[in-house]
Amino acid sequence: MSLLAVSDLHTHYAGPSGTLRAVDDVSLTVEDGETVGLVGESGCGKSTLGKTITRLVAPTKGSIVFKQEDITRISERSLRPVRRRLQMIFQDPFGSLNPRQNIRDILTAPLVVHGYGNRAERAKRVEALIDRVGLPRTALSRYPHEFSGGQRQRIGIARALILDPELVVCDEPVSALDLSIQAQILNLLSSMKKDLGLSYLFISHDLSVVRYFTDRVLVMYLGRIVESADNRTLWAQPKHPYTRALMDAVPDPSRRRQAAPISGDLPSPQNIPSGCRFHPRCPLATDICRTVDPALTSFGPTHQVACHHADAA
Amino acid sequence: MANASLLSVRDLTVKFPRIEPVRNLSFDVSEGETLAIVGESGSGKSLTALALMRLLPKAAQITSGRIDFSGRDLLKLDDRSIRSLRGKEIAMIFQEPMTSLNPVLTIGRQITESLRLHEGLSAKAARLRAIELLDLVRIPAPHKRIDDYPHQLSGGMRQRVMIAIAVACRPRLLIADEPTTALDVTIQAQVLDLLDRLRRELSMALILITHDLGIVTQWADNVVVMYAGRKVEQALPEALFADPLHPYTRGLLNASPRLKDDYHYTDGPLTEIPGSIVSAIGENGCPFAPRCPIVRSGCRTRVPDLLVPAEDRLVACPVIFAEGERHVAARGL
Ligand SMILES: Nc1ncnc2c1ncn2[C@@H]1O[C@H](COP(=O)(O)OP(=O)(O)OP(=O)(O)O)[C@@H](O)[C@H]1O
Ligand SMILES: Nc1ncnc2c1ncn2[C@@H]1O[C@H](COP(=O)(O)OP(=O)(O)OP(=O)(O)O)[C@@H](O)[C@H]1O
Ligand code: SF4
Ligand SMILES: [Mg+2]
Ligand SMILES: [Mg+2]
Repeated sequence: MSLLAVSDLHTHYAGPSGTLRAVDDVSLTVEDGETVGLVGESGCGKSTLGKTITRLVAPTKGSIVFKQEDITRISERSLRPVRRRLQMIFQDPFGSLNPRQNIRDILTAPLVVHGYGNRAERAKRVEALIDRVGLPRTALSRYPHEFSGGQRQRIGIARALILDPELVVCDEPVSALDLSIQAQILNLLSSMKKDLGLSYLFISHDLSVVRYFTDRVLVMYLGRIVESADNRTLWAQPKHPYTRALMDAVPDPSRRRQAAPISGDLPSPQNIPSGCRFHPRCPLATDICRTVDPALTSFGPTHQVACHHADAA
Repeated sequence: MANASLLSVRDLTVKFPRIEPVRNLSFDVSEGETLAIVGESGSGKSLTALALMRLLPKAAQITSGRIDFSGRDLLKLDDRSIRSLRGKEIAMIFQEPMTSLNPVLTIGRQITESLRLHEGLSAKAARLRAIELLDLVRIPAPHKRIDDYPHQLSGGMRQRVMIAIAVACRPRLLIADEPTTALDVTIQAQVLDLLDRLRRELSMALILITHDLGIVTQWADNVVVMYAGRKVEQALPEALFADPLHPYTRGLLNASPRLKDDYHYTDGPLTEIPGSIVSAIGENGCPFAPRCPIVRSGCRTRVPDLLVPAEDRLVACPVIFAEGERHVAARGL
């Protein structure tokens, strides 16, 4: 049984100018101890998917099964014990930290809510976490605005890990960090994973980080998973034209002022193109792409692609 | 640099009651130049940018230095003059778009505000221009999105809205604090392309604060490396990456997962610089000394001067500098 199994998930936002299909029929699994990467263009629905899985946003359709319990529609109250095991590190560390609480209070709050230990044990746990994420203990009496962007991100990580979760949805956890702290945080997340048997759904747009840090990768485009493969296979044989465009766009230090690799109008999730949703920007598009929505098809045991011309790769 | 200097920062020091996050910082930016600032998280990059905008938090004080911007000392301007400069001649893209966008105003309102204030456009003309700007930063369906509130946008879209606001009045200096961190590579490339086009078309100078070294090599003309409030190295990007000199810069480059493409977490950890920048507090000598693999006792007694190991290059490390001199001597040059 998978630790997390998401099936046919849809998350729509209602707006004055129509429905926005941010997550549009996604199925995925995360196994015990696995790190699954989620990459894709800005606005394609990664954060929404992460927030739906952690039930911070309500799903429109589909199901989320965590540790064999269907949590898609359970009440806030029944969610509480689930939340302890299923945590999220947020993309915007500042927006997610209460500016009027000092760091000690921010980190203690989840312990209190979940009835962890007594006062002394809570204080000890908070100190252990602040040490672990590499901040000085003096940070505990300070407020979020007194920290740099990278330091705030560590606070967000400490908060997500303080309850000893089993699955953590990490939404761009290192994109605000410089390389040396990024290395420390990735090493920290990976040693936590080893020591505590954690699993991660790891959202990032930095392909070199995803390549280093994940076991399997999902590529998302406009609300849909368009390619899924184990790490090595994806880098050896990317098949979806969008995946290949992503890989080509990685800044190449040997080239100066490299032009953007894919252009074309950015599609809107309020108006998803017919057929294959990538067709208006795809170099391989033919007639069938404009009319028939390609299903995820297997190319080997761990590799699935939703593209009519995946063979051309 | 053949172009005239647009901005010149000299000996800038910013002080909070407990710490000095920016110390004796000097650098120049010419018209049309892109200067990248890289450095450890917490090294004072954002505060430097805020000092240039005269937007430092109240608790902060500038205790020394000057900031010359096209002949004017920004630190001497009164609030009114600085306000008319800000947004029009100097603009900034903030690091955290969600906190710098007003949550109760539509993004259209926020873009048109500065157009009406600085350019005197009518409401209608400002709206049209705002739609153009959203299109320029590649927000899909801009005529619809203009009436959205910030929370209705994805992280990357908010960042692009910030860029639209910043370039609305065609500034002469744009300070971009991590402008593409929330963006995936394809849009990142488009946004940098856009900033670069503006730089060329308007001879705009660009200060690019980023931790993405791939971006630095590709887009910057010059790089400043900061550590604990100080400039520890400065170089042209090719030289910096081919031959990093300061032990901090070397550690930074070694930490990159990009270094070895097929290196995986199951193969082992990434190379860290042990310790944390906090160790610089109270250090009388080199701020990097507590973490430095080649530290000598002399490093801890005085702050290293910026030395000139080669043309267009500065490094604040006497140990590395002496090593270089020995190499030069050994080759009989
Ligand atoms: N609360 C909301 N109300 C309405 N629309 C929303 C809301 N949150 C997100 N959206 C829209 O849903 C789509 C997906 O947004 P989401 O934040 O999930 O993208 P993302 O893939 O995380 O992007 P990024 O990489 O830029 O963070 C976007 O078009 C966004 O504008
Ligand atoms: N309002 C404040 N009060 C007290 N200290 C502050 C305040 N703002 C920032 N600092 C401290 O000043 C130092 C420099 O912060 P700054 O935000 O400039 O770092 P940065 O180089 O931009 O880092 P990052 O890469 O993480 O964004 C940090 O140690 C930070 O904790
Ligand atoms: S001056 Fe000394 S401590 Fe500082 S970087 Fe150089 S060797 Fe290391
Ligand atoms: Mg997101
Ligand atoms: Mg910063």
